[in-house]
Amino acid sequence: MKVIATLLLRDLAQFLPGARRGNTLLPLLFFLAVAMLYPFAIGPNPNLLAATGGGVIWVAALLAAILPLDRLLAPDLESGFFDQWALRGIAEEAVVAVRLVAHWLSFGPFLMLAALPASALLGIDGETLATVELGLLAGTPGLAAIGIIIAAVTVGLRGGGAALSGLLVIPLAVPLLIFGAGSLSTGGEGGIALTAAISLVLVAIAPFAGGAAIRAAREG
Amino acid sequence: MCVLTHEPMEALCLTARDLACRRGERLLFRGLSLDLAGGEACHVTGPNGSGKSSLIRILARLLRPYAGKVEREGSIGLLDQTMALDEHLPLGRALAFWRGLDGAISGDALAQLGLSDLLDVPVRYLSTGQRKRAALARLLGQDARIWLLDEPLNGLDRDAVGMVETLVAEHIAQGGLALVASHQPIAVPGMSVLHLPDYAPGVPA
Repeated sequence: MKVIATLLLRDLAQFLPGARRGNTLLPLLFFLAVAMLYPFAIGPNPNLLAATGGGVIWVAALLAAILPLDRLLAPDLESGFFDQWALRGIAEEAVVAVRLVAHWLSFGPFLMLAALPASALLGIDGETLATVELGLLAGTPGLAAIGIIIAAVTVGLRGGGAALSGLLVIPLAVPLLIFGAGSLSTGGEGGIALTAAISLVLVAIAPFAGGAAIRAAREG
Repeated sequence: MCVLTHEPMEALCLTARDLACRRGERLLFRGLSLDLAGGEACHVTGPNGSGKSSLIRILARLLRPYAGKVEREGSIGLLDQTMALDEHLPLGRALAFWRGLDGAISGDALAQLGLSDLLDVPVRYLSTGQRKRAALARLLGQDARIWLLDEPLNGLDRDAVGMVETLVAEHIAQGGLALVASHQPIAVPGMSVLHLPDYAPGVPA
């Protein structure tokens, strides 16, 4: 337990917004920038904005979740942290599980907060906003899990790893987007429930997939 | 095989049988066996690329050998080219992370390593030698029984080299086990030598 707490404290100090001299704020600012630019690009038609705004929030959330991926695991492998943890009998799976929690905490709740001003910019009504917020709550853990799996798989790649991981995340995130953003048009809880189910499966797989990928990268 | 000693201390050994290591297409060494017990130290020598670092990683079980097997009893402390300290943090806080996992690093050890005045300096501003000494502080705090040191003398000045030799000598005097890979001479009394090129393919075993 003490090990988990020590790891989590270090991860939070590294990944929460405001850590590392503000680098960690970038995904949030990016999310808000997309929400701000969208009305300029699409034109100020309130009906069109209100109808598509929820989906834009989802796409922006997905892209914001991709941004920190190259900093998520690779630095710790390069600087020998994973070696030292392995020597102390701390499993890669435990490290990845803790990192998943920290990664989600670093963008999930803050995206949900940022969705409030974003909804104002996009002219989304209160009911749709509630669906978006619930959907994000159900979907962002899944986005975090996909992100951490891809970060682990691309951990040994030098250069180009960041772009590749972004490219790999997008198809895997399609089911989350379909049900998460889809819950907006059906207005139903069914979509959110399915999003949550996919999220749970991904969160359950992530530590094991990530741990195996990191061990494979170490052998290389 | 590990032999149980009759001392109260736990059995300590590091045994390798018929190790072979392949990196890419190249066979670096084969037929390598070693048998170390508590209180023993071994100096692994050889030119660059002869497989010293690979041997250390195999013994630490971080790399799978191409053939052969490794047995060990005792906790492993590894010092290699990586620091495993957060670059952006002051040294004191970077070491505090490992203190949280391993237990205390004594103030004496920090003073002995000449780090007492550097605790407020971010790790990325440390010089090569200071970084090495910081990694040594992490190793000392771990209190591991088996030390695997990969080029511990790189970038150290003469005084610091003497200090590392003293640390290794003290470690084995306390019943610990040390395996040091270095192309530089290292003076520790009673240290055996393992010359890796003797196990290179093409040399009669």
